[in-house]
Amino acid sequence: MKYVIIGNGAAGISAAGAIRKHDKKGSITVISDEPYAAYGRPLISYFIKGTVTQDKMPYKSPSFYEDYRIKTVFGQSAEKIESGSVVLNSGQRVEFDKLLIATGSLPFIPPISGLSGNPNVFTFLKLDDAIALKKAVKRDSRVVIVGGGLIGLKAAEGLHAICDNITVVELADRVLAAVIDKQGGDIVSDHLEKNGIKCITGNSVEAFNNNEAILKNGEAVGCDILVVAVGVRPNVRLAESAGISINKGIVTNENMQTSNPDIYAAGDCVESFDITDGSKRILALWPNAVRQGIIAGSHMAGGAEPAEKGTMPLNSVGFFSLNVMTCGITDPRDNSYETIIKTEGQKYKKFVIKDDVLRGFVLVDSPHRAGLYTALVRDKKPLSSLSGDITEEMGLINFSKDEIKKKIGGGEIQ
Amino acid sequence: MKRIYAREQYCINCRLCECFCKTAHSVSKDIIKAHKTEKPEPVSRLFVEGDNMLSFAVNCRHCDKPACVEACITGAMVKDPETGIVINNSERCVGCLSCVLACPYGAVKAGNIAYKCDLCRGEEMPACVKNCPNRALIYIEGGSER
Amino acid sequence: MNFLNPEFQIIRDKDRCIKCGACVRQCSYEVHVSDKDTGELYTNDINCVACHRCTSICPTRTLTVKKNESVYRESANWTSDYINQIFRQAETGGVLLSGMSNPQPYPIYWDKILLNASQVTNPSIDPLREPMETRTYIGAKPDKIEFDSNGKLKTKMPPQVKLEMPIMFSAMSFGSISLNAQKSLAAAAQQCGTLFNTGEGGLHEELMPYKDCAIVQVASGRFGVSKEYLDMGRIIEIKIGQGAKPGIGGHLPGEKINEDVSKTRMIPIGTDAISPAPHHDIYSIEDLRQLVYSLKEATNYQKPVSVKIAAVHNSAAIASGIARAGADIIVLDGFRGGTGAAPVRIRDNVGIPIELALAAVDERLRSESLRSKVSLIAAGSFRNSADVVKGIALGADAVYIASAALIAMGCHMCRQCHTGKCNWGIATQRSDLVKRLNPEIMSQRAANLLTAWNHEIKEMLGGMGINSIDSLRGNRLMLRGIGLSQKELDILGIKHAGE
Repeated sequence: MKYVIIGNGAAGISAAGAIRKHDKKGSITVISDEPYAAYGRPLISYFIKGTVTQDKMPYKSPSFYEDYRIKTVFGQSAEKIESGSVVLNSGQRVEFDKLLIATGSLPFIPPISGLSGNPNVFTFLKLDDAIALKKAVKRDSRVVIVGGGLIGLKAAEGLHAICDNITVVELADRVLAAVIDKQGGDIVSDHLEKNGIKCITGNSVEAFNNNEAILKNGEAVGCDILVVAVGVRPNVRLAESAGISINKGIVTNENMQTSNPDIYAAGDCVESFDITDGSKRILALWPNAVRQGIIAGSHMAGGAEPAEKGTMPLNSVGFFSLNVMTCGITDPRDNSYETIIKTEGQKYKKFVIKDDVLRGFVLVDSPHRAGLYTALVRDKKPLSSLSGDITEEMGLINFSKDEIKKKIGGGEIQ
Repeated sequence: MKRIYAREQYCINCRLCECFCKTAHSVSKDIIKAHKTEKPEPVSRLFVEGDNMLSFAVNCRHCDKPACVEACITGAMVKDPETGIVINNSERCVGCLSCVLACPYGAVKAGNIAYKCDLCRGEEMPACVKNCPNRALIYIEGGSER
Repeated sequence: MNFLNPEFQIIRDKDRCIKCGACVRQCSYEVHVSDKDTGELYTNDINCVACHRCTSICPTRTLTVKKNESVYRESANWTSDYINQIFRQAETGGVLLSGMSNPQPYPIYWDKILLNASQVTNPSIDPLREPMETRTYIGAKPDKIEFDSNGKLKTKMPPQVKLEMPIMFSAMSFGSISLNAQKSLAAAAQQCGTLFNTGEGGLHEELMPYKDCAIVQVASGRFGVSKEYLDMGRIIEIKIGQGAKPGIGGHLPGEKINEDVSKTRMIPIGTDAISPAPHHDIYSIEDLRQLVYSLKEATNYQKPVSVKIAAVHNSAAIASGIARAGADIIVLDGFRGGTGAAPVRIRDNVGIPIELALAAVDERLRSESLRSKVSLIAAGSFRNSADVVKGIALGADAVYIASAALIAMGCHMCRQCHTGKCNWGIATQRSDLVKRLNPEIMSQRAANLLTAWNHEIKEMLGGMGINSIDSLRGNRLMLRGIGLSQKELDILGIKHAGE
């Protein structure tokens, strides 16, 4: 059996591991346009900061590809998929029996004039982006980051270690708009401001002239380097070439199989099912990619990893030691949801509840045992079955005695 | 694999497991130094929940499909394929706490990095089990819920 | 204003204390307190009962319990104990209660009796190399036995109970002690081939697996007694009296009658369980005989029936009557025996030492040719295996231990059983305290104690040149008194050392 995986990110590498677990013999080839062993994409801001050096970037042990007998085709891009083969940019064809498309995302480039071909414009998604940016940015550079989402803010934090003038410009009325509510977002931007990062919200960059970034409201911000981090788009170009069905992202069944039975897809390029709001959408999230990769790999190799029942937004991220966690619905659109907010100094906890089920939450500077809340959201646990006030503090103690016994076990679980 | 299981019916809320865990994860391995002088302060890897009426220690379950490992962005959190032990490599952890947010047992401790039970790597008996005065913690072969 | 001077003082070595707070959480008497704001730990010494739960649990051995250095003016007559007791009574107007056994400095005859050992003649036996029998059978023995022509036993044997060692666990009811404590004793008895005693508390359903090593007690309150209960036990014991409180009934306060206790005792939750001082249907030996035979009849003469009395002034005559009433076993409980609760004045002043009562009863039964009709079991503070050997040599078939077994399970003899706050999970029904006693651990400790004593008994027997416990029973030649008056020697039926 010949397995080919396009993409060497979280989904691709997890799939490779899962395939090898089920099929000790088949050949596995991983194709990536990046010349590096798989690394944690979110680590690139730490790389800029210097807390993670390039040699510490790899996600797996140095011998991983060898141990799992995985053939690597790195530094070459897959151009198209046709009749059982992947065609590389070199013209070489890689044949497959089962293919996984794990091509992840591409940065979304908004229509800002002065971007195209400008060497002072950077994106922030890959290690190469970070290497280039780190080289270009000087202590006194004036950096404007377009986009105050997770990527933009992590870029800001990372760059802050090597540069004194950083401004984040966010179109929405708050930072982290995609994952957090206004109150939580404001705590984060206040914290960033305190740490020396300027945050401009409700505004956007219209033009960049290598000296200034001109904002929508006409204001000009001094700018030598512009980092575009407004978001990502699923990278579905190859999937298109294979003629498989695509909606918001690549469409798969719950075993991650696409409309072509020999082709699977996983990770950021795939349309996921959000169990918290029932929508189908792109959820470009690390754990989601890992899980989908494992499911895809298992099924490609004839395994039976339980199907993907859906996923949910889940983020934990730190900015200058302020931890921010979000899960599910954090900013409900209609009033059918109940919200409970607890604040104390910088600590901010928000719980979104509907029909006796926790649908989402925000935890700022309150990470203690957060996973218990995540489990409540995922399991749609009726909150009335819990004892105590879980918005104050959550523990296994809030579950019934039988559930506690099951969870901590008495050796009964075999 | 061998796992630590808590038996709430014998847990007496003394919380010595926390003290001995902290000591086992200290540099000095001396209970008094670990608690009074050692810097950085060692971290206990387990939680005792509850009060005298109902209490129990929560340890990492070392799940067969560990959510913390799947959530880890750095590769610091790994499940050893040989031993099944889920370990967080403190050298590689960047403290994003994705694992804390993922663990359905709330068994990963949040600090400047994530801290978790490593079953006292290499020891025949984890410190919490060895020092539990009432055998409320047992270390036996058994499965995990997940 | 509290007139009481704290009995104990707790010293905390601050250099060692890691402020883990285990002492705070473990003390049911609320001696240790953690300051909410500073986390500093303090002690309320006045509450300390010296149960040593804190010193034992403290992971850095930070704590020392000392006798309070603050003293009343010394007086051999007005001791601080008596002064404190008056302070208490002046405050409450009540009868003073206490637990465990008589602490007063009465003579302890075990400590004034020495054992013999063989030299040259009748050489000593090495129990590690040669068989040594500590197995014994409890029950009435026939005067003579007859065999038929095939060598088969013709005599109908009264019911016998085999014990692998001459030590049993004395009656401690579920109620006076926790279920976990009782379970530990039951499991230890099973492991060691001996018996435990339900006391007057019925047999909890969780103890069913141990029913084959249970002595079921029938006492004046008749709590928990049913046909099934009687059928379950190996021996049925009628409790007339208890060494720690002769002439006094029992009183288990309503707070201790939780759902489990209520079910087992067959009384409503929360009601006081009062065992009357006498059995209201026993006013004579004839009445006792009726009860003995009622129980035998009820159980089809399959089980030995035992009668337990406190050792009092005329024990010998009473024992004779009990033997004549048809009992298979007589239990004598001396005045140093323990209790879950007794009035202090009774515990400390009523009854006589087991050593004297045992010798007197054995002598009386022998002189009346009744000795083989009954097994004699001695109880009331057997502290070690030498006490057991001496007791058997004074005439006992076997002994009961209770305090020693509880000490093996953590009891530190703080004598607060009556408060129900036992920090060791023994004399309490509070679920937070009961769970501190894990039967897996404590049954093994209790079993270890029996095993250790049995080894020691064999060593002592071997030294005397005896290879069977049966050859020791009533063998007073193996005993010598030391520092005893002629009267005491006469009662004990032993010679003085050197004689």
